[in-house]
Amino acid sequence: MKKLLALLLTVVMLLALVACGGNNNTGNNTGNNTGNTSGENTGDTGDSGDSGAVDIKIGVICVHDENSGYDMAHIEGITNACGELGISMDNVTFKYNVPEDQKAFDAAADLADSGCDIVFSDSYGHQSFMLQAAQEFPDVTFVACTGDQAASSGQSNLKNIFPYTYESRYVSGVVAGMKLKELMDSGAVTDPKVGYVGAYPYAEVVSGYTAFLLGIQSIVPEAYMEVQYTNSWFDLTKENETALALMENGCVIIGQHADSTGAPSAVQAEHDKGKEVYSIGYNIDMLSVAPDAALTSSQNVWSVLYKATLEKFLAGEEIPTDYACGYAEGAQTISALGPACAEGTQEAVDAAWAGIKDGSLKVFDTSKFTCQPATDGSYQVDADGHVTSAFGLDSDGDFVADTGEAIVDGAFAESVLRSAPYFALRIDGITEIN
Amino acid sequence: MSTVRHNEPLIRIVKRDTISRPKSWGIRIAAVLLALLISGLFIYSVTSLNPADVYKAMYEGAMGTTRRRWITIRDVMVLLCIGVGLAPAFKMRFWNIGAEGQILVGGCVTAWCMLNLGTSLPTPVLILLMAVISIVAGAVWGILPAIFKARWGTNETLFTLMMNYVAIQITSYCVALWENPAGSNTVGIINQQTGAGWFPDLFGQAYGLNVVIVLALTVGMFAYLKYSKQGYEIAVVGESHNTARYAGIKLSRVIIRTMAISGAICGLAGFLAVSGVDHTISTNTAGGRGFTAIIVAWLAQFNTFIMVLISFLLVFLQKGASEIASQFNLNDFASDVITGIILFCIIGSEFFINYKLIFRKKKGGAKA
Repeated sequence: MKKLLALLLTVVMLLALVACGGNNNTGNNTGNNTGNTSGENTGDTGDSGDSGAVDIKIGVICVHDENSGYDMAHIEGITNACGELGISMDNVTFKYNVPEDQKAFDAAADLADSGCDIVFSDSYGHQSFMLQAAQEFPDVTFVACTGDQAASSGQSNLKNIFPYTYESRYVSGVVAGMKLKELMDSGAVTDPKVGYVGAYPYAEVVSGYTAFLLGIQSIVPEAYMEVQYTNSWFDLTKENETALALMENGCVIIGQHADSTGAPSAVQAEHDKGKEVYSIGYNIDMLSVAPDAALTSSQNVWSVLYKATLEKFLAGEEIPTDYACGYAEGAQTISALGPACAEGTQEAVDAAWAGIKDGSLKVFDTSKFTCQPATDGSYQVDADGHVTSAFGLDSDGDFVADTGEAIVDGAFAESVLRSAPYFALRIDGITEIN
Repeated sequence: MSTVRHNEPLIRIVKRDTISRPKSWGIRIAAVLLALLISGLFIYSVTSLNPADVYKAMYEGAMGTTRRRWITIRDVMVLLCIGVGLAPAFKMRFWNIGAEGQILVGGCVTAWCMLNLGTSLPTPVLILLMAVISIVAGAVWGILPAIFKARWGTNETLFTLMMNYVAIQITSYCVALWENPAGSNTVGIINQQTGAGWFPDLFGQAYGLNVVIVLALTVGMFAYLKYSKQGYEIAVVGESHNTARYAGIKLSRVIIRTMAISGAICGLAGFLAVSGVDHTISTNTAGGRGFTAIIVAWLAQFNTFIMVLISFLLVFLQKGASEIASQFNLNDFASDVITGIILFCIIGSEFFINYKLIFRKKKGGAKA
């Protein structure tokens, strides 16, 4: 009997040990990722929380947890914003791994039940459930990050926020362009083909990859791109496979609008085999998974938007239905340049940022890209294929513009009519494969 | 004479002939306690949190507020409905791995009705219509593999599994067809403004109708399996095909009929999930519950009343898990480990119910 007990105890301890080890590993990984994500002070929220007792309860709904770079950017954004505003993290309740279905409503309603004054959700698909919650709890403010229906829903306590992601996409494109130019000048690459792992074929993604290619073309005008979709925001395996397929098709640089490290890992693996391929990431610094192949990542600094929103909320002011801002406000950045970056990249990046900031550089400058004539009447092109006018918002998809004209002063005015991107023009030089 | 020394093993495993009901439940309860103990050790060794606090948080997550209690009940009902649907098939030893697909096709036709007939039909008619159509869709999805099994002896495990993928692709297609807003790859909440085709409140409860439907099915299936002639046929076919043939039971008819019932109830679960809970359709509508329900059906040994308990336990664990992730900033994986330990112990306890361990007696002591 004693022997059995001893055996049992050993098994239990072994189990605990194994579980322990496993957990530590993930902890380390995320630690590495987050450490690089932002230059700002992370983690010392405990101190700042003590300083002022701000009476507010915040709920946050995340589509995944800290293992996803995208969600980590939001978790950090909230944490930093609260730190700066002196809100204790004890006042913040996170709900992790909330899928984009009825469970999102459950989570939002549960947070409202528990006394939250303001509830954020971080994924696009949460928004219709946030709207449902907003209708049921008129006294609570619901902010659907990256959502696009707040204005059209007419629900006054539903808000949308979205940074000018296309700016950092463009600048990360400049970094990629510099590398591509170096490779072509040295003769290592002759075909300037770029690949892009996209999540879903809708405006947020289209806007991002178009800005990315335009950034590349500002250095290598003949560059062209192939886009493949994963139909998921976060799918390590699929992103990995898609990146492989793109490299197989001859793509030299792989960009991504998907939340995992799948694509950069695939690029690093091919790079190790001697292929000249490089990766541009999203949200988090990819150097930890692709030390030789990662050039940089485009990043949103969500804390800027969270801070602005919470500041207004605390002051009792009305939060704008749509709020978007970019590099000028500090909401856009790219991660530290990888060792593989071409010479002179930093200078080119600085110039692009400066141009974006003072307005001399417009990302969607209509003279910089061409489109085939529209078949649905949603935009007009001149004889050279340059877009002369385009729908602003067509939220119901009936090909009749609902609000505004998108082309202002020779450029597509992105994220002005509403915070979420609505640039969905398919420009020449990009092929989409579903 | 005694030169041959038998080395009796430390532990021998012997199959039990019978076990009394209190004893078998005693073993099960001991398994749950052991699971809680191991999980407690795990929690403490990994996070240094007080396990009692963690268990309390799990309870709060599942039962803490009226809303949470109703959400728990709602999810129990969907899982239970699928489990009830699987029961006859599994009792017949027909491995219906296709509940996932049967749910999805039921969900798809329901969503179609909500989208296209939502405004033109009065709610009771629409609800009834959706129930009928989803039952038919699920039944078709169940009958197909059954016909092939009965006629040509195909492997039903593979067949039903493959039917899942077909259903998932059909659902993806429907989602792309109905997506709102365009390009988002989600259908969004169907009829968000009008609420057409949503379950009406019953007894002042949004999920009252779900409970009524599923409990009626639970009682009905219990009676069907235990007291009806068809239920007996299912049991005989499950025990032995030859015995069934010898007794004059027409095998193919029983197989096809039982799978039609199984698929129909799973299809109805899809209707429940879409019209009664989610009000949208996606490839995640089934969300793996078609597989989880297999555990429910097996653990309950096809007793639908015990299935209520098992489904409740599983949903409780799941709700508790996400609550501890939220309250203690524990990763979901940590709570998955706890759920895993508890399930492992419960399933493992079945071994001790069917077998007993005999330990080697102390040497000589008794004889001398």
